[in-house]
Amino acid sequence: MAARALNPIIRTILQRLGLGLVTLLVVSVIIFSAVTMLPGDFAKAILGQSATPETVAAFQKEVGLDQPPVQRYFEWIGGVLQGDFGSSYSNRVGYTRTVVSMIRPRLENTLFLAGMTALIAVPLALVLGMLAALYRNSWYDRLVNLVTLTSISSPEFFVAYILMLFLAVRLPIFYALASVDADTPFWERVSRCALPAMTLVLVIVAHMMRMTRAAIINLLASPYIEMARLKGLSPSKIIYHHALPNAWAPIATVIAVNLAYLVVGVVVVEVVFVYPGIGQLMVDAVSKRDMPVVQACALIFATTYILLNLLADVISIVTNPRLLHPR
Amino acid sequence: MSELEYWKSRLAAGKVSRREFIGRAAALGVTTALATTLASKIAGAAPKKGGSLKMALGHGATTDSLDPATYPDQFTGTLGGAIGSALTLINAKGEIEGDLAETMEPSKGATVWAFKLRKGVTFHNGKDVTADDVVASFRHHMGEGSKSAVKSILDPITDIKADGKDTVIFTLAAGSADFPFLTSDYHLPIMPVKDNDVDWQSGIRSGAFILEKFDPGVSVKMKRNPNFYREVWIDDCEIRTIADVTARTNALTTGEVHFIDRCDLKTLGLLQRNKDIKILEVTGYAHYVLPMLTDVPPFDNVHVRTALKYALDREDILKKVFLGHGTVANDNPISPVIQYAIEPQPKYTYDPDKAKFHLKAAGLDSLKVDLSAADAAFAGAVDVAVLYKEHAAKAGIDINVVREPNDGYWDNVWMKKGWSASYWNGRPTCDWMFTTAYAADAAWNDTHWKNPRFNELLVAARSETDTKKRASMYAEMQQLLHDDGGLIVLCFNNFVSAHSNKLDHGPVASNWDEDGMKLPERWWFA
Repeated sequence: MAARALNPIIRTILQRLGLGLVTLLVVSVIIFSAVTMLPGDFAKAILGQSATPETVAAFQKEVGLDQPPVQRYFEWIGGVLQGDFGSSYSNRVGYTRTVVSMIRPRLENTLFLAGMTALIAVPLALVLGMLAALYRNSWYDRLVNLVTLTSISSPEFFVAYILMLFLAVRLPIFYALASVDADTPFWERVSRCALPAMTLVLVIVAHMMRMTRAAIINLLASPYIEMARLKGLSPSKIIYHHALPNAWAPIATVIAVNLAYLVVGVVVVEVVFVYPGIGQLMVDAVSKRDMPVVQACALIFATTYILLNLLADVISIVTNPRLLHPR
Repeated sequence: MSELEYWKSRLAAGKVSRREFIGRAAALGVTTALATTLASKIAGAAPKKGGSLKMALGHGATTDSLDPATYPDQFTGTLGGAIGSALTLINAKGEIEGDLAETMEPSKGATVWAFKLRKGVTFHNGKDVTADDVVASFRHHMGEGSKSAVKSILDPITDIKADGKDTVIFTLAAGSADFPFLTSDYHLPIMPVKDNDVDWQSGIRSGAFILEKFDPGVSVKMKRNPNFYREVWIDDCEIRTIADVTARTNALTTGEVHFIDRCDLKTLGLLQRNKDIKILEVTGYAHYVLPMLTDVPPFDNVHVRTALKYALDREDILKKVFLGHGTVANDNPISPVIQYAIEPQPKYTYDPDKAKFHLKAAGLDSLKVDLSAADAAFAGAVDVAVLYKEHAAKAGIDINVVREPNDGYWDNVWMKKGWSASYWNGRPTCDWMFTTAYAADAAWNDTHWKNPRFNELLVAARSETDTKKRASMYAEMQQLLHDDGGLIVLCFNNFVSAHSNKLDHGPVASNWDEDGMKLPERWWFA
């Protein structure tokens, strides 16, 4: 029984992974063509007003921009398939800067901030959401809704500046700048990341909290919960044991979307707090037309979305095997 | 307020010099010794050593490298200025001074220049700086396949050779009396020679600071070079890239950094109220322009150009768009602080009637033109265009403002569309500025202006070593550009920066922002 139940799950996961790879391939074509069609090129972006046709041509020749796009695409994707993302255009003779070496520290920083935010935001959202469902329409429910809706409705940079004003400028508790590097000790890193993490928590908690609340309230109206209630179970037990396991599917999807956002969408927060994350790297690379870096970042972002969505699907299926057999 | 108090406050505000203050105090019967003490107390003590300087600049990208051939902006410029030194430098008065070079001797009508190097200067690794290093450092930017931003300004050099250990001989295609100004460019630090090229990768140079750690697009850390040939006050220095102006301002107000550049003009008043912070404004060579292509109708008619020059209220633009942080210009790209600068006559002021008169002289009753603008050209370019439209309407000129995307502005708009917005960082000499942008064959002749008399004078003035004759030639050229050229110069924009009042400095250079991009070397903690 167990083996037969597991098999379709594994099969589904494999199917999804395969589909994910195809999606990534399509995405890579889109990224490459989009980046190629951007006006301007690296040489002109670097030299700006001082670009002359001669220096531009020298640059293009060095980074291989004089080759036809199709050839460049296949060279690039061929390298990527072997785990080689190539070199940044800021490479110079005798000074190698691989895309991986540029992205790795930035990605680590981003994952650190995302992880720190998720550690706070996910449990917080679940607890707040469950309590809100439990005490529906109480003053607590209203208050939580009001606060989270306010924070999600304000632009990120506004939330960030408000926090900065009160917690870094007026009351100098936290750092206004989250500039960290590889040598920053762990606890200093945590305290430097406090304000950006707080901003992100405020921005994503509402979404997850409200989905938890809605999913549970939805279930609370179903007959089997009524049955449990009639048996005289305590409300917390009903929610924890009976409602929540069936509510995981929508909640997991929302959490996955928000986690993906923490990796790919926090450019504004990174800019405001001067946090050296991957978002800023990509913005930099786009403005300087450093294509290999742009392409690698975009691929990482696409992979993040695909993997997290896959994870959410798996959680939904595992917690609710009925989804394996769509009617 | 007693008269002594008055002079104290004048000194504190920097309105009188220390020497003048002591003189005034002596006239009031204060002993010289006491006056000197007072002056020191007010103006901050003499420079002293120590302190870790943290700066935040609005430039810098992950694609930056230590290769001076591609230094794109003030971040790499300031970094390069701190770790490296060029043959010459421009001082706070705008004059040229030897840096690594001790003397610069021209001969044969300024076509051959001999630079003698300062003795006993070493690179950070202890190696002597020799003439061979200088030759290799210049060759790094020259020749076939060079990607250097200064390739074109070095084109006139036909030969460089070392003459012994400490003399370098430059041979130029034509005479150039201003050649030492070129060698001060921030792209031209001297680097140690290494197999037919130079070693720029390690960041070993001969400057005031030794590079410790460089994380492109994020920050750079440096410590003082104990063997530097001039006095340097700061112990170590960190420069961070903070592109967002609000984040930069916050970094300064929370004390995380001591200096920021490019302040937000709109909130400058609020920043000024902070008593721990000082604002520094310097008028430099940089200017905002609206170049017209003089070979494209209707701009090929000089009367149309003149009409447009009269149809613009520059005072209004300076006041409303740049909030007064600049100096109104008179369609002369030479900043008033540069040697040989003149104020061409008549001064272009807002005069719709004169504009109409010139329009009529061009045989037109009304005029409809497109003006392309994007904030990529300079912050506020679109606002300028819209305001200009209002001004020009009164002269019967209909300006159609075309809002262009920032992306690819320099590729697709500048020098391609008939009339666009642009900026120039300016150059320290008339010759350099004219050769870069107004000579007939200049790569960046962004007005396509080809004036035979101007080009004739340009060559003649370059090799003229009689300063009186040169001055008259440059005056005539500025007048020509003013009367006939296709550029509208809006204003010379100030460099507006702010710093903690713990920091102190002498007179500030105006050739670049960040005290001529030499701030870490020149400033100190009071």
